[in-house]
Amino acid sequence: MAEKIVKLMQGNEACVEGAIAAGMRFYAGYPITPSTEIAELSAEKLPRIGGKFIQMEDEIASISAIIGASLTGKKSMTATSGPGFSLKQEGIGYAVAAEVPCVIVNVQRGGPSTGLPTSPAQGDIMQARWGTHGDHSIIALYPSTVREIYDTTIKAFNLSEKYRTPVILLMDEVIGHMREKIEIPDPDEIKIINRKKPNVKPDEYLPYKIEENDMIPAMANFGEGYRYHVTGLIHDETGFPTSNHRIAENLVNRLVNKIKDNADDIVEYEEYLMEDAEQIIVAYGATARSAKSAINQLREEGVKIGLFRPITIWPMAEKQLKIIAKKVNRITVVEMNMGQYFNEVDRVAGKYTKVDKYSRVHGELITPEEIVSFIKEG
Amino acid sequence: MPSKLVDKYFRTDSLPHIWCPGCGNGIVTRAIVKAIDNLNLNQEDVCIVSGIGCSSRASGYLDFNTIHTTHGRALAFATGIKFANPNLHVIVITGDGDCAAIGGNHLIHAARRNIDLTTIVFNNNIYGMTGGQYSPTTPTGDKGTTAPYGNIDANFDLCELAKASGATYVSRSTVYGANMIIKQVEEGIKNKGFSFIETITICPTYYGRKNKKGDAVDMMNYLKENTVNKIAYEKLSEEKRKDKIIVGEIYKGQRPEYVEEYEKIIESF
Repeated sequence: MAEKIVKLMQGNEACVEGAIAAGMRFYAGYPITPSTEIAELSAEKLPRIGGKFIQMEDEIASISAIIGASLTGKKSMTATSGPGFSLKQEGIGYAVAAEVPCVIVNVQRGGPSTGLPTSPAQGDIMQARWGTHGDHSIIALYPSTVREIYDTTIKAFNLSEKYRTPVILLMDEVIGHMREKIEIPDPDEIKIINRKKPNVKPDEYLPYKIEENDMIPAMANFGEGYRYHVTGLIHDETGFPTSNHRIAENLVNRLVNKIKDNADDIVEYEEYLMEDAEQIIVAYGATARSAKSAINQLREEGVKIGLFRPITIWPMAEKQLKIIAKKVNRITVVEMNMGQYFNEVDRVAGKYTKVDKYSRVHGELITPEEIVSFIKEG
Repeated sequence: MPSKLVDKYFRTDSLPHIWCPGCGNGIVTRAIVKAIDNLNLNQEDVCIVSGIGCSSRASGYLDFNTIHTTHGRALAFATGIKFANPNLHVIVITGDGDCAAIGGNHLIHAARRNIDLTTIVFNNNIYGMTGGQYSPTTPTGDKGTTAPYGNIDANFDLCELAKASGATYVSRSTVYGANMIIKQVEEGIKNKGFSFIETITICPTYYGRKNKKGDAVDMMNYLKENTVNKIAYEKLSEEKRKDKIIVGEIYKGQRPEYVEEYEKIIESF
């Protein structure tokens, strides 16, 4: 058995290490706090393994460049924060429409606007879901520890390749900048998923044709002999634009359903002390760590409380939350925003149980003590 | 009978094109294809990247690796494509609004990097796709639907902009002189670095109509009569230089190319 590699690592560094383990060979970015270390470390590491790093002139250029690079077959990533995430939305929409795999990391900071650049916030939950215009689906993951950043970054690449979609990795400033001991997994144990390649000759290839029982078209890379057209316009299976209403509706439906119908495969969550719980907390990222600590304190006082921690933020674990809602008498959503995920939890669980929120937007991590007293107040 | 060029390089099932009668974009598109044919490039190794606007629809009609991107971002997408796969000849088709307004930042930085891209700007001096608004190259005083009393903005000299930003091949041509476009695109593709070719095209439907420039033939005649080669221009008196369109090679230089410089870093490990 290979010797285990244990390292003290910052969250942002774990993101880069995970990305490289997943096969990232192209990074384009623009400096912005608190995500900058991801660009710096990519700049240092990528050329050493034959990969490419480029600092683009702005955030829009960065996401445009990674989409271009991904079309040539390179697994590609960009990272940003706050205002930069707003600027990425145009490109995210393009990657959704043209079905180009890529990973967008958003190490969140306080907003709106320039906001609180060095403070934690979880205010981009809804922007991750609906930031780009038009009906669409999205996958967003939310790690809670440095080790989990490593794993979810790999998962983000795998899902983007499997479902031909941009995947957003939402991170908290406090975890991005925190150092924790992590055990690096053996590369042989890491599951890597690559995009499905066409199994037809170039002259028979239809870039957006779907096979029966599979909503994801096979993807050829530019330069491999398959000449095809890519556009953000509504297109048919040939890839060429059309304004045919039936085709438009089918395409938008497929883009949404390819994620929605595969929620069971995509959704990941952690349940903590849920077996006998009479009430639960829903929290993600750094807030879930405070919630766990609060739950431990409350358990000592005899309160039967558990934690449901979504790791996949979008699509939402609706099925699981519905089952839980029917068993518990209270769900408290704890988050560093004004209730963005609460609204969604309430939509799903509100008809079965009482749903409360504990929300803060003051730029500080919510403490276990705050949560304990909120729960006790009932 | 369509020409052999059309059969070989156009996606005939995606035709007819959307351009208006009298539009010059078809001339530029054919010239690009002719240049590719003259250089004998493999279709598999050519990638055409376009932005948004009338000109940028050209990518869909051409049988290469093609991508019609977002407005203004063609050069940023193209940078990603070229940097990730240096074996591709990456040709960018853009317009005056796409490349000099919303995409102006990407233009100056692509030129600054001297990345090996060949950019052809179809400059029709107007936003055609949206119905005739003034663009960064609409001459001062001319009209657009958003400049009903005349444009008070100064218009860009795109070639000077590209040159000042660091492009290593810069030239201008017009749709009246298709052979010159072909030659310039060939030179641009051959140049190992950022090449910028501004081709003045005509838009009788919007720019022409708004500014009483006559029909397509009148506009072509205007180009014919007001175009001078750079060398001839320098010999003209100050008075005769007025309103002249300078064509030909504006600048040629040599600087390290971006992708090659990065490859050196990779090879150093």
